[in-house]
Amino acid sequence: MLTKRIIVCLDCDLNQPGGRVVKGIKFKKIKYAGLPWEMAERYYKEGADEIVFLDITASAERRATMIEIITKTCRKVFIPITVGGGVKNIKDAEKLFRAGADKISINTAAIQNPELVKELSRTFGRQAIVIAIDAKRRYEKKKGKITVETAKGRCWFECSIYGGRKFTGFDAVCWARKAAELGAGEILLTSMDKDGTKKGFDLELTRKISESISIPVIASGGAGRKEDFLEVFSQGKADAALAASLFHFRMIEIPELKRYLKERKVNIRI
Amino acid sequence: MITIIDYGMGNLKSLENAFQFLGEEVKIAKDSEEIGKAEKLVFPGVGNFGKAVENLKKKKIFSIVGNKAQKGTPFLGICLGLQLLFEKSEEAPGEKGLSIFKGKILEFKKVKIPQIGWNQINFRKKTPKYNLRLTTGRAKILNGIKNGSFVYFMHSFYPSPADKEIIAAKTNYGKNFCSAIESNNIFGVQFHPEKSGKTGLKILKNFINI
Repeated sequence: MLTKRIIVCLDCDLNQPGGRVVKGIKFKKIKYAGLPWEMAERYYKEGADEIVFLDITASAERRATMIEIITKTCRKVFIPITVGGGVKNIKDAEKLFRAGADKISINTAAIQNPELVKELSRTFGRQAIVIAIDAKRRYEKKKGKITVETAKGRCWFECSIYGGRKFTGFDAVCWARKAAELGAGEILLTSMDKDGTKKGFDLELTRKISESISIPVIASGGAGRKEDFLEVFSQGKADAALAASLFHFRMIEIPELKRYLKERKVNIRI
Repeated sequence: MITIIDYGMGNLKSLENAFQFLGEEVKIAKDSEEIGKAEKLVFPGVGNFGKAVENLKKKKIFSIVGNKAQKGTPFLGICLGLQLLFEKSEEAPGEKGLSIFKGKILEFKKVKIPQIGWNQINFRKKTPKYNLRLTTGRAKILNGIKNGSFVYFMHSFYPSPADKEIIAAKTNYGKNFCSAIESNNIFGVQFHPEKSGKTGLKILKNFINI
C-alpha cells in the first residue's frame, strides 16, 4: 500500500554565500543549521521520504545559488526533491528541473496567474507541480466562503501570498479545488495559525482540503510531537506531513518517528 | 556505458547522477545515430503519452528505439518509458505506442491521482497449484531486492500487459497493478529507481550488470 510520507523542509537563506539552512525562522535571532546539500544528505540517510528546499529570500538574483544547491544535492541524494520560493515562469521551473529537482512548489505566482499552473502542468507533467497554500483561519462570517466547525466556532480559511505578508481574500478550499482542476499534482498546505507553535497541525483545515480534492495533500505547520503526525494522518487525512526546525533541533529523530507511526498501524516506509 | 535517450520528456539529471554515483559512464543520446550505437539503453520519461509519441516522431527516433529493444540491446524503460513499450494508452486514445508488447495503459480509478509516494513491489510465482510469495525478485532486474521493498511512484496511469508472463512485480494502489516487467533483454519499471533510495540504486546496478 502507498505509505504516508515524512517530508523534511530546508528553509534556505540564499544571501549567505552558497546558501545556508535556517532554523527557527519564527524566532527573531536567525540560527544557521548547516549547508543545504549536507543536511539533505543527512536526512536522506536517516530515512526522510522527500526533501523540500524553500528559498526564504525568494529573490531573482539568488536563483543561481539555488540551482547550485540542487545540483550538489542531487549527486548524492536519491529521493524526490521539491523546490519552492520565487518560481514565476516556465523558464525558472525548467532550470530547477534541469538541475535535478523533481517538483516545484509555487504559491504567489499561481494565485496571481492561474494559467501558469496549467502551463507548468502541461509542460512538466502534473506530478511535478505542487501548489503551496498558506491558509489562515477567519471566524468572521463572510458570504460564499466554505466553513468548517472548530473548537472556537465556525471558520473559513483565507489564502495568503508573499510568504504570509499579504492576504488575498481567497477561500483556501475553493483555491485548492481550482488548483487541482488547473493541473496541480499535490497541495502543500501550511496553516499560518499553527506554523511555529509546535501545538499540532490544523486538523480541521487539512481534513477539509483533503476531502475536497482528489490529489494528495501535504500538511505543514505546527508539528511538535510524534502524536501530531499520527493525528494529521488519521484525523487530518493528510497524505504526507512536513516539518523543519523540529528535525533540525533534533527534537524528534526521523527513524524514531517512523517507528512510532508504524507501531500505531500507519503505513510508513522503514 | 549507459546511454539515456533524451527526447524532451522530463529531466534526465537524476538518472545520470544515479548511474554516475554507481561508477558508470553515462551518455545522453538525442538522435538515431547515437541511439544506434548504444550498448545499453535507458528510456525514461514523465508527462503525456501522446506528447511523447509526437516527440519521438519529430526527432525521428520512434523506430530506432523500438528496433534496438527488439534486436537484443539491454533496454530499461522507466515510468512513461515503460508505458510507451505498449500499444496504446487511455491518456492519448488516438496514438500508437512502440507496440513491443501487447496490452494498454490504463488510468487509476477511485483513488487519488496521481499516485505520489512510496509503495511496495511484490513478487509472486504462479504455478498450476500455488500462488507463492517469493522472498526476492525472480527477474534479473530485481535480483537481490526483497519482496515488499519500497520504491517511489509518481503516475496516474499503469500498464496492463496482455501477456501476464512478462510481469516481474506488482504493486497495490486501489488494485494490484503491474509495476515492473521483464522479457529477455527488455526491462521496465513504473516507479523511479533514481528516486527510490538504496533499493532503486540496487535495481540500476542490476541493469548495469546485465
